[in-house]
Amino acid sequence: MEGGKLLRRWLQDGGHLIRPAVVLLAGLGVFLLIRSAVIPKAFGQYGHYRPAALDLVRSRPISYAGHETCVLCHEDQGKVHDAGKHATVACEACHGPLAKHADDPSANVPKLPDVANLCRRCHEKDAAKPQGFPQVVTAEHSGGVPCDSCHQPHNPHL
Amino acid sequence: MEITRRDLFSVGGKLLVLASVGATLEQITGAAPASDAYKMADHWWGMLIDVDKCIGCGNCVRACSNENSVPQGYFRTWVERYQVEEGKATPIVESPNGAIDGFKPLKRSDVKSFFVPKLCNHCADSPCVQVCPVGATFVSPDGVVLVDKEYCLGCRYCVQACPYGCRYLHPETDTVDKCTLCYHRITKGLTTACCENCPTGARQLVDFKDPKDPVHEFLRHNKVQVLKPYMATQAKVYYKDLDGSVR
Amino acid sequence: MIPGVDGFMYPNEVELQWSLLIVLYPYITGLVAGAFILASLERVFKVEAVRPTYRLALLTALAFLLVAPLPLQLHLGHPERSLEMYLTPHKSSAMAMFGFVYLWYLTVVLLLEIWLEYRADIVRKAQTTTGFQRILYKALTLGSENISPAARIIDDKVGYTVTVIGIPSAFLLHGYVGFIFGSIKANPWWSTPLMPIVFLFSAMVSGIAAVLMLYTVSMKLKKQPIDMRCLDTIAKYLFYTFVIDFTLEMLDLIHRTYEADESFRSLDFMVHTRLWASQVILQIFLGTLVPLALLAANQLWKFQEAARKAMYVTACSLTLIGIFAMRWNVVIGGQLFSKSFLGYTTYKVDLVTREGLLPAIGLMLLPFVIFFVLIKILPPWPEREAT
Repeated sequence: MEGGKLLRRWLQDGGHLIRPAVVLLAGLGVFLLIRSAVIPKAFGQYGHYRPAALDLVRSRPISYAGHETCVLCHEDQGKVHDAGKHATVACEACHGPLAKHADDPSANVPKLPDVANLCRRCHEKDAAKPQGFPQVVTAEHSGGVPCDSCHQPHNPHL
Repeated sequence: MEITRRDLFSVGGKLLVLASVGATLEQITGAAPASDAYKMADHWWGMLIDVDKCIGCGNCVRACSNENSVPQGYFRTWVERYQVEEGKATPIVESPNGAIDGFKPLKRSDVKSFFVPKLCNHCADSPCVQVCPVGATFVSPDGVVLVDKEYCLGCRYCVQACPYGCRYLHPETDTVDKCTLCYHRITKGLTTACCENCPTGARQLVDFKDPKDPVHEFLRHNKVQVLKPYMATQAKVYYKDLDGSVR
Repeated sequence: MIPGVDGFMYPNEVELQWSLLIVLYPYITGLVAGAFILASLERVFKVEAVRPTYRLALLTALAFLLVAPLPLQLHLGHPERSLEMYLTPHKSSAMAMFGFVYLWYLTVVLLLEIWLEYRADIVRKAQTTTGFQRILYKALTLGSENISPAARIIDDKVGYTVTVIGIPSAFLLHGYVGFIFGSIKANPWWSTPLMPIVFLFSAMVSGIAAVLMLYTVSMKLKKQPIDMRCLDTIAKYLFYTFVIDFTLEMLDLIHRTYEADESFRSLDFMVHTRLWASQVILQIFLGTLVPLALLAANQLWKFQEAARKAMYVTACSLTLIGIFAMRWNVVIGGQLFSKSFLGYTTYKVDLVTREGLLPAIGLMLLPFVIFFVLIKILPPWPEREAT
């Protein structure tokens, strides 16, 4: 009896408190509805991220074709290159990224590299370079003559 | 119009040839099925860098820049040159434009000097992944730390959290960008652009889950370090012959 | 040679990532937390002397809270994607907490408390005004016009509970920002367990100072007398809080200097050069020591009312500048040095870009605009006191 009276009194005096509660719950409900509609598909399948992101990263086109692809057409240069000291140097390290050229050789004709600067980047003497690595002070070594006057870039050892 | 048997054979034959040519073409040029040969669970990627082989040519920086369209002034990988003088508290370090054009020759030989290539360490316990508020950066099941550029908010919390300075905000996409270990290449059996173009083999891609990978033998017989080991990020880029002065 | 860079920095570190707007954000949420704590002084801790500023403090908190997300939105590379923080919050990221703590604090604490406090006034206004105002007040009543004494007693009880919950909520609202910085092991200027507490106490200092200033200015504008007992009490609590804040910051400094780990040399050099003006002069001397001296003097000696007012206003103005400088020194300072400890860069504030000076000034003025709108709708000083 007492409990009923107390409850009625509470509802009479405190009933207005239900209103902000309803507003909040309604807001929460709307949010949950939006969330279920908008949340990315399969999120969390592998971890806390969209699995589609993996495919997105993988879909990037390739720019460097690689030695194997180059020698499919340039077999002769490949043989000279693989027989010499530059065997470990990738074709595209000097010739630049050429996957586009491999896909359509006549349409994407690559420019020949600028020999002088190219060779210097690796072979100019620098105290920080490992001792055993072939390096020269080009001014003293060649006196300004272009490197490929004496060295064949694919197989440079004289 | 009367259809003769001859007509039927002629048309039928043409149709058959067309169908078989079509089927063959589809086999050659058709997209690979979703579950292609690459299985993420079979790989755990990392890198091995031999400091004593690096000649500071910057090929790796250029190759990465070309392969991944890295915006000018930002770097997914770079090379540092150290000059360590006995008795000095700090080394002299330089990385002119990330060494994309190599270095100006160092003349002085009275100090210890060497090159150190750097990149994202693809940490297994990555602090950058930990702080991302939405899950736009993550460690893939095969151990590569990647950024989902369609989900990234551009808040740059991960850039702050990376101890190695390998992240940046891409000025065109306004999302965070970093080395992806050439994920689009390694999942197709190629190596990374930087490793491909390194003339001395200072940089080597490794797959810890591949029993035939030379890294296992290498780790058994050589002394290696990671950068900032006290950060306990479980970095997966190992350096051979890394000097104590390297920051 | 890169302009603005001394020594060596990792190539991607040269450009600062977190700008002036990220300095502004903790400053604003700090004012919110501080103003709310002052309000709770009266409500929960029964410090009756500060009653005149109770409603003012709540409205101050609301005005600043409404502006708080804006610097973050302007800073994001993709603000249109910010809903993702609600869709897929990453549980290991302190930043992911922002959306939820913010909404919780805004709705369940601040708006609810303001509604409960103002309900009688709102209902009365709904019954006596006409036209657009009537519609506004009717909406604010949420449909209930029960302001019987019994109902108001219940409002009071519930309001008390909300405030009690509100205190740790305010701590969380601002403390998590301190944690965002304090938990970054990669950055030794930020990484310390003290960071959330330092942020919190400096927030309380700035919030209390802000309410004191707003009260003084409002009374001046309305040409009404200032309740000196209220002002003296606020100044007293400001003094106590400031002492704690100063102690914590000095503790961090002494600890760093004593341990002198590998980052110390680099950070020490940075403070002595790039951060000299903003840290030593602005934050420590003008922003902390001078206000502390002014406030301490008032605890030791009794000055004339006019002198006290002048000292309080000076102290609070300097404090507000000093706490801003503290946020600057933490956020910007943490990005001026290289993580290699071998170099430093420079921060150039742009003028009109998205994260430039003009938007920042606009964002700092906006809360005052909102504040003056709020005091028109919900006057903090009832014309006729409803007992």
